[in-house]
Amino acid sequence: METTAERMLTGNKAMAEAIAQEMERDPNVFVMGEDVGKYGGIFGSTEGLLKKFGPSRVLDTPISETAFIGAAIGAAAEGMRPIAELMFVDFFGVCMDQIYNHMAKIHYMSGGSVKIPMVLMTAVGGGYNDAAQHSQTLYATFAHLPGMKVVAPSTPYDLKGMMISAIRDDNPVVFMFHKSLQGLGWMDPIDAAIGPVPEAPYTVPLGKAKVVRPGKDVTIVALQMMTHYALEAADRLAEQGIEAEVIDLRSLVPLDRETILQSVRKTHRLVVVDEDYRSYGVTAEVAALAAEEAMYDLEAPIRRLAIPDVPIPYSRPLEQRIIPGPQSIFDTVVKLMEE
Amino acid sequence: MTVPLPKLKWMYEQMVKIRYYEETMVAVYAEGKQPVFNIGAGTVPGEMHLAAGQEPAAVGICAHLQKKDTVTAPHRPHHHAIAKGVDLKRMTAEIFGKKTGLGKGKGGHMHLFDPHVKFSCGGIIAAGIPHAAGAALAAKMKGKDSVAVAFVGEGAANAGAFHETLNLAALWKLPLIVVIEDNAYGISVPKSESTAVKTNDRRAAAYGIPGVYVEDNDPVEMYRVSEEAVDRARRGEGPSIIEIETYRYLGHFQGDPEIYRNPEEVPLLRKKDPIHRLITLLEEQSVSSGELEQMEIRARQEVDEAYEFARNSSYPDPAEALEDVFHRAEVNV
Ligand SMILES: Cc1ncc(C[n+]2csc(CCOP(=O)(O)OP(=O)(O)O)c2C)c(N)n1
Ligand SMILES: [Mg+2]
Repeated sequence: METTAERMLTGNKAMAEAIAQEMERDPNVFVMGEDVGKYGGIFGSTEGLLKKFGPSRVLDTPISETAFIGAAIGAAAEGMRPIAELMFVDFFGVCMDQIYNHMAKIHYMSGGSVKIPMVLMTAVGGGYNDAAQHSQTLYATFAHLPGMKVVAPSTPYDLKGMMISAIRDDNPVVFMFHKSLQGLGWMDPIDAAIGPVPEAPYTVPLGKAKVVRPGKDVTIVALQMMTHYALEAADRLAEQGIEAEVIDLRSLVPLDRETILQSVRKTHRLVVVDEDYRSYGVTAEVAALAAEEAMYDLEAPIRRLAIPDVPIPYSRPLEQRIIPGPQSIFDTVVKLMEE
Repeated sequence: MTVPLPKLKWMYEQMVKIRYYEETMVAVYAEGKQPVFNIGAGTVPGEMHLAAGQEPAAVGICAHLQKKDTVTAPHRPHHHAIAKGVDLKRMTAEIFGKKTGLGKGKGGHMHLFDPHVKFSCGGIIAAGIPHAAGAALAAKMKGKDSVAVAFVGEGAANAGAFHETLNLAALWKLPLIVVIEDNAYGISVPKSESTAVKTNDRRAAAYGIPGVYVEDNDPVEMYRVSEEAVDRARRGEGPSIIEIETYRYLGHFQGDPEIYRNPEEVPLLRKKDPIHRLITLLEEQSVSSGELEQMEIRARQEVDEAYEFARNSSYPDPAEALEDVFHRAEVNV
């Protein structure tokens, strides 16, 4: 019997490996963005790529997001498979026209005759006091607009497998990676930011949620950091005799409705946790799905945890007040179980 | 040209203050981040972009500004804020995330607002340029002779907002000056690899406005060209661009591994320090070493008091996170 020690990688290295393997496999794949070359991406997503592939396929861009994201669209229409990095998702404001009016709509407007096989990867998330313009996730902002897939993996394994799927997908994919889950040396060390990642290329399908902890009493639907917080809360809930089932959404578009509904039909209780603004957001979408399709399976009201509708404040006690965490998830579930 | 002595002294004192402020911040920012750096830990968490070495850009033009004039700054804003006369105590408290800060702890180091001296800054590259144009437009509409200055890095000259705003400002003859601080890098990317022209003053030609390039981080030359640009704007003759070659002594942000630049670069730059150059000029005008020392002591004292104030202030109550989204209204949670 062959025993192989599992290879452990950080989130950023898993992503960079996925991109490197796809660049080896397909000469049409290339990367561009700010500081993706020598620096290897501010959040390490392109680490080592410049060395491997040179500046003709790993392009540092000027601070001209409209130009290079627009150029990715144009190149994709010509058969290239660009990966463009928007350094922080918060910067989408300067280039959103290219993203939602063009990248997302060209396939539809052309009646399917023009395809845009590109990946727009971007860093999301707060929790380290980077304040209002550098801490958002904006999951729902992107997921609201039709025509682009939107994924948000939570583990190194999924970061690699979903990046490979995203690159091979013939549609535009917004690939959101969470800064705290990149395993970077200069951020808060988090166990979940490092995990087993096979070396050989593999794919993880886009549009499939994952039950990351089975349970029978309550369903907690989450994504990225909130998945890990939900798992922490679930451990503590188990000590109280409450078995929570935790679902990691992984993908917002397409949304895996079946996995959510199956779980709700089993547990009869639903809590949705999101690191995005509350109103008109992911929590509302998942709650609406449950209300529409599984209303009579629910034994208690649906509960939502998200950022109250305020910009992300800088000061530590203020930021901690507004981002959901293990404690607020735990409290919410305990209260819900009493209803 | 010679700078009038009182202005020269003012510039010197401001530059010393800025340098000491930034050097103090290096130490304060490191508190709680050792032995392992963690961006979210310590006395001052989050990103920290410091401007040691870039003082001439800020003081050379602010020497011509008054309270009524507007300044917008980017993500690296301390030198501009200090030169414009922002309340140093409340600015520092804001950077510490304290309740007594300019934004009650909501903004942080990249988002400082001091309306008393018409100063603001933000973390989105080039976003402050149109705001300054708007201030200039307001001045024009109100028939005032105030001007607006937008500070940006050389990297921002490649953003759409830069070009759109300059065209608009030139078209409407707005009293706007865009000051570009060419510190040779946008994070890790050298100017030569991001910018199609050697210097950005050339881009002024595209909008039919004056553009000048100040070499070698020269505070006196910066003072001179700024006088022309500010006077021109006050006279209602429209915008201009000033680009200044300047030096970033520290990393892009604190904690930057700086793998993209030669370790010998900064020591060489520091040899040409603009503060030393001002000392020489002041001595030539027979300012005594005693007076220089007094100015330095005063500047340092103000900085020390600001840090003291910030340290001793309290954090906001967590519930305050829900306030200030709208004017005098609370968010319902
Ligand atoms: C629209 C936008 N894109 C990218 C960034 C990320 N970013 C922050 S600072 C910076 C480099 C800025 O370079 P420069 O304008 O030369 O200013 P410097 O940092 O050198 O002072 C970049 C790319 C941003 N804040 N906003
Ligand atoms: Mg620069």
